[in-house]
Amino acid sequence: MAEFKRPTSEAEFKKNFKQKKPLMNDTEAYYEASRCLFCYDAPCIQACPTHIDIPLFIKQIHTDNITGASKTIFDSNWLGNACGVVCPTGVLCEGACVYNHQDVPPIQIGRLQNYATNKSIDDQKKLFKPGESNGKKIAVIGAGPAGIACACEARTLGFEVDVFEAKDKPSGLTVYGIAPYKITNEEVLKEVEYLQNQLGFSIRYNSPINSKDQLKGLETKYDAIFISVGLGKTRQLGLEGEDKEGVIGAVEFIEELRMKHHEVKVPAKVVVLGGGNTAMDAASEAARMGAKKTVLAYRNSREKMGAYGFEYDLAISAGVDSLFNVTPIAIVGNGKLEGVKFAKTEMVEGKLKTNMNNTFIVRCDMVIKATGQAKQGHLYDIIDNLDIDSKTRIITNSEFQTSNPKYFAGGDAINGGAEVVNAAFDGKMAAQGIHNWLNK
Amino acid sequence: MIDLSINFGGIKAPNPFWLASAPPTNSGYQIMKAFDAGWGGAVWKTLGVPVVNVSSRYGSVNYRNTKMMGFNNIELITDRPLADNLREIEEVKKYFPDHAVIASLMVETRAEWEQIIKDVENAGADGIELNFGCPHGMCERGMGSAVGQEPEVLKTIVEWVSEAAKIPVITKLTPNISEIVYPGLAAVQGGTDAISLINTIKSIVGIDLDSYAPYPIVDGKGTNGGYCGPAVKPIAMNMLKDLAQHPEINKVPISGIGGIETWRDVVEFILLGATSVQVCTAVMHYGFGIVREMEAGLRQFMEDKNYQTIYDFAGKALPNVTEWKHLNLKHKVVAEINPDKCIGCDLCYISCDDGAHQAIALSSDPKNRIPSIIEENCVGCNLCSLVCPVEDCITMVKRDDGIENITWNERTINDDIPVTFDDDRAGGKHHYVPTPADALKHRK
Repeated sequence: MAEFKRPTSEAEFKKNFKQKKPLMNDTEAYYEASRCLFCYDAPCIQACPTHIDIPLFIKQIHTDNITGASKTIFDSNWLGNACGVVCPTGVLCEGACVYNHQDVPPIQIGRLQNYATNKSIDDQKKLFKPGESNGKKIAVIGAGPAGIACACEARTLGFEVDVFEAKDKPSGLTVYGIAPYKITNEEVLKEVEYLQNQLGFSIRYNSPINSKDQLKGLETKYDAIFISVGLGKTRQLGLEGEDKEGVIGAVEFIEELRMKHHEVKVPAKVVVLGGGNTAMDAASEAARMGAKKTVLAYRNSREKMGAYGFEYDLAISAGVDSLFNVTPIAIVGNGKLEGVKFAKTEMVEGKLKTNMNNTFIVRCDMVIKATGQAKQGHLYDIIDNLDIDSKTRIITNSEFQTSNPKYFAGGDAINGGAEVVNAAFDGKMAAQGIHNWLNK
Repeated sequence: MIDLSINFGGIKAPNPFWLASAPPTNSGYQIMKAFDAGWGGAVWKTLGVPVVNVSSRYGSVNYRNTKMMGFNNIELITDRPLADNLREIEEVKKYFPDHAVIASLMVETRAEWEQIIKDVENAGADGIELNFGCPHGMCERGMGSAVGQEPEVLKTIVEWVSEAAKIPVITKLTPNISEIVYPGLAAVQGGTDAISLINTIKSIVGIDLDSYAPYPIVDGKGTNGGYCGPAVKPIAMNMLKDLAQHPEINKVPISGIGGIETWRDVVEFILLGATSVQVCTAVMHYGFGIVREMEAGLRQFMEDKNYQTIYDFAGKALPNVTEWKHLNLKHKVVAEINPDKCIGCDLCYISCDDGAHQAIALSSDPKNRIPSIIEENCVGCNLCSLVCPVEDCITMVKRDDGIENITWNERTINDDIPVTFDDDRAGGKHHYVPTPADALKHRK
């Protein structure tokens, strides 16, 4: 098991959070690209939520047309650089690579993608320009992947675009919520800057939209509004003692870590609640921040975990322990946090039952709740005629238009929480949807 | 007991692996190092009046992840004084008396030929190779391929040399000619003891997209080079076959040259009639050490096939290399896909549909990427089996009864060949092809 020393400097932080998909050098990219078979109707294209023409960009890398490769990538996915490293490629493009069927390692598509786009970004290659002005304006609420993608696409279609962002940085969870070993802040931000330089959309930071008046203002000023607000804070579990200091939501924990790096102090013993990918990230990160013992606790069995197998493996390899079939029933401690009281769970006739007669306490100094984020329901409530489903997800049609025709939506706000790549796709398609609607 | 030694037109060597006259044989140091590594002979870099070379001399064709699949050079013959080379020949022969040291020569006048032959004989060379092949630089001065392209001139010089030489003479031919038999015949008629081929092919390996100059670039300009390396092997083997099948030419032994790198290449050249092989590019790429792979492979092949010497199988493929008109038109193979091995790249489908005979179908189930052969459309062309990236996944299986055998030649004699544009005997008359409009079916 890997043991991580508590990082006390940026250099030590970087060492503990070494990039899982480091930037390829020219030679590595050349040889890796040479392996691509150029499959007919390639399964990798089908597996990519944005349908990037992967065999084409790989061939372009191999023939030293890096600019062309980047164009191919960004043509389908405005967040092509980030997606190269943050996408779960093992279950998407690389998982679909035909080499897998002969037990040959699949092409490292994600890293090749990131290699090509990185070059164009570093060289500030101008690949795109705004479309001829159509005199119409779009407001985008939320500068996450969906919002940025919508803004980029809308600019190429000739719209004027203003993005309203509650925080002080663009790209949403890509910068605030992705594990630091997947992508650095600098890399996320430089891609957005690169796109903004070419396409010229404005982003207004520290500008949350949360009042009816603001919405009315937007509705008057803009021809269409795209909602890409993602998800909210970590949901409360309603546990006794949940308000104790040291009990923190995973999203909040990761955000603090991404912004403050080694300055975040993670105590010796950490319990992470949850079984999704965010739980795996949080556990892995706690261990990398020098926690002596990190315990991942999930209420169901390992097989039922929502997290990808490789994410679980990554957490385990960072030294995380796991507990299955346990559910937290209270946060305990005399004043300060001392531990989590769990009850065992078991499957009874297909339903998970908590056995209150079988309880125990895991001592810890920090509890990270990775048990889901709240939806941005407070915003949806103040938009006229906005239909949402039973899980507080905005309902849209195939053009990403909501029940209020002026509003379009995409990303986590409509899917309840998925990958950056899904949001990037939604944003792009929504811009086209807006274009189609306004040109009817 | 396998014996790799050869007697090539009077030149003896412990094995058939020789270094071709080229940069790897520029000095006694290199040749001694090569013999020490296992090479059986070496043809010294061409001697003559020393030249002046340019800087930037080699260019390369890379393919996929393979460097130097093709290679070219604009280097000339030796730029070292003759005396230095002669002294080193003598020294090499002292250390390796049983290895073949052959002096490649290129001079102009009869007097020069006679002088230089005497010089290399005195130095102890086992044979002479006449460089009538160099296609760059030297040919501009009336030597090299300029001679190889003129059978009459070639014959005259071979006559001069044969008259003067006491040691065996090998004539090295250029492939930059439309019919290799003519210079081959001229060499034999001139009295050569052996032939070697091919020398390099006139080539431009690439153009720099910034300076618009061909590689290798010499101060913004370039010239055609001599092409060699693995890419030229098929051309070399075809020319070797032409000479080895010629009843007059094949009276002399032939040393095969052109893209040889592995034991397989060696065996193939021998099967086409070569009884020594010469290697250059592979050594320039990997060093002299590659000979151990060649020797081990050749020995294993001979052991597996129960051959004692290379003469046991030299030329064994020649009877099977015939003219198109003698091929059996009744032979029929079709492709078969092994679904257990197929990885679903569907390259066979698209190569057949776009590049061949529309004989492979995709499954109607989009989840199933394993294609299937439409046997009635399959002409047995091999393309799918060639593009398939999986070992032994697509095989060509025999479908004829093995009894019927008719050739174009026989059909011609029988007066049974298509003779008019719309003759019913057109081979593809009943072969299915989609209608042109089917190509646009995918458009909604």
